[in-house]
Amino acid sequence: MEHNSRSQVLAAVERQMPTHKIAYPEIPDFPRTAADLLAAFEDRVKDAGGEVFHLADAAAAQALLVSQYADAGIICSATPEITGDRDIHAVKNPHELADVAVGVIRARFGVAENGMVWLTEEDLVVNALGFLSQHLVILLSPQAIVGDMYDAYLRVHLEDTAYGCFMMGPSATADIGAVLVHGAQGARSLRVYLLP
Amino acid sequence: MEDDKKVDVAAQAAAFLAQDEVHEPMHDKNLWAARMKRDAAAREVPEWETLRQLASQIKEHTLTHLLQYLTEFEKNATSRGAKVYWARDAAEHNQHVWDILREKNISSVIKSKSMLQEECGMTAFLENRGITVTESDLGERIQQLDDQPPSHIVMPAIHKTREDVAQLFARNIGTDPANTDPHYLTEAMRNDARKRFLEAGAGMTGANFAIAETGSFVVCTNEGNADIGASVPPVHIASIGIEKLLPKVKDLGIFIRLLSRSALGTLATQYTSHFSGPRKGGELHIILTDNGRSKRLGMPEFWTSLKCIRCGACMNTCPVYRRSGGLAYGATYSGPIGIILDPTFDESKYSELPYHSSLCGSCTEVCPVKINISDQILQWRKVMAAKKYLPAARRLAFGTAGKIFEHPQLFRSAETMASGALKFTPNFLLYNRVLNPWGRHRELPHFAGQTFREWYLQYKAKNNEHGT
Repeated sequence: MEHNSRSQVLAAVERQMPTHKIAYPEIPDFPRTAADLLAAFEDRVKDAGGEVFHLADAAAAQALLVSQYADAGIICSATPEITGDRDIHAVKNPHELADVAVGVIRARFGVAENGMVWLTEEDLVVNALGFLSQHLVILLSPQAIVGDMYDAYLRVHLEDTAYGCFMMGPSATADIGAVLVHGAQGARSLRVYLLP
Repeated sequence: MEDDKKVDVAAQAAAFLAQDEVHEPMHDKNLWAARMKRDAAAREVPEWETLRQLASQIKEHTLTHLLQYLTEFEKNATSRGAKVYWARDAAEHNQHVWDILREKNISSVIKSKSMLQEECGMTAFLENRGITVTESDLGERIQQLDDQPPSHIVMPAIHKTREDVAQLFARNIGTDPANTDPHYLTEAMRNDARKRFLEAGAGMTGANFAIAETGSFVVCTNEGNADIGASVPPVHIASIGIEKLLPKVKDLGIFIRLLSRSALGTLATQYTSHFSGPRKGGELHIILTDNGRSKRLGMPEFWTSLKCIRCGACMNTCPVYRRSGGLAYGATYSGPIGIILDPTFDESKYSELPYHSSLCGSCTEVCPVKINISDQILQWRKVMAAKKYLPAARRLAFGTAGKIFEHPQLFRSAETMASGALKFTPNFLLYNRVLNPWGRHRELPHFAGQTFREWYLQYKAKNNEHGT
């Protein structure tokens, strides 16, 4: 059945495809609008429900983390700069992350157009860290900001990673009475630590 | 699965309108707010109209070369370690899912939103075989608990008030029926869903886009629910319609910019996730599903409906949809896009849908991939009339209307005469609930003494006299 279905679907597609073929369009180079990429990125992160903090170095980031999440519970860091309570590299099964309060991940880059950060499987170490953690802290170099989605997709390299996510602020929903609520299923909050 | 009885969309819309003074105005208001946010978001992008044109052309290019892109996608996804299955129809799709689950002894799955899985009636199929299926998108979960299909492709429970949801959750997950705060209700469902995510043997998703160049697919959510489903259980099953293909990764730069701005007026969804083969320690199964798409590809007047990226903009803007509620359409897809998709599944069952439109053309104007939706609605009326699907009385009435709209000069004289004609139309006909269920809640249209065209011609003539 398996091979039969394949050949039948493909044969049907071949038979039904319009004979007039449409060419792939020429994609113009759109003008870049944001002058100050970092400022625009910060504004968009806030619009998406996130927060941004400027840190001088890893020690300052660690101190801020400790003060912001003093009573939060288990902290799990996938970054060498921040030390948590649980070693992500020892995690064998994503279920072990079910009780994580704060996940710390370094993003590859941010997007000024909308405040997204790009996280891959390599950055997350265990993908579930990005989604089971109650709160997220994202480390990002302030130099690693691209202007828009066109530039962003030039940098994602999907051929190199099994999983990559553009994350734009915390989890959100407006499914009840069209009222915006954060923390539907994924992270309740997202803070970006700008750290060189 | 759906039965074959003809959907009486007008009667069901009338029931939605007539239930109380709360639901329809709220529905109308919330969807119009989404439309206004969409306009504001589109205005912020100087190249918006160019993007729509490019997106349309990329989709048309892909669909007219679909064979090569499907095989390219399959080759690349397979080489990344995904297992790719093919399904001719809903039954084969569901059988593949069932086979995968059975082989691994999986008895519960957590799923995110997938219109294709809706289309296939997958949840009922699996439940009949003893599988526990939990929707994880909040709106979908609300609809699942209420035993209703989604009423909107992006906002599944938008027809419900927060009071409705509070009652539903009180019955099902033990919340306080008097507490209608969306924050409280969302939190309660988050906690209920969390244990289900952890118990599930498989996570199921759909896909917004599939990329031939890399064998990747993209899932967009605001809740992050698809990502939990894909990252926690060991098995990820993705159902992908064969029309979801895009040639290249860089095409996403255009489509991601259009999708959420068109849907909700936001810059993007909170999560835009890219799956290229299984995650470390996991399995990825991809079911490429036809279910009527290849047939649609061969319909000269309707094939471009396959460009649809399921944003819902046409629903938000539609004056008929906003006042009818999505459930009135009695189909997987509602609103203007539903009117042109549903009859490709069952012409007889959905033969009345093309008449559930004012043909105002707003859907066509907002469609991010430039589907000529309102033109296709009119084309479907012609199909329905030619095949005599409508009762004779309606066929006559709509036949006349159709002719008038097709011939501008006839329309002009009809418009001038209408105020006179309506005076003599017996109220019996206009307000009879069976013949015209809309009449009961509608004022007679008030025809101006002078039509717009008459005014315009006078105005133009006057201005010409003054030499402007």
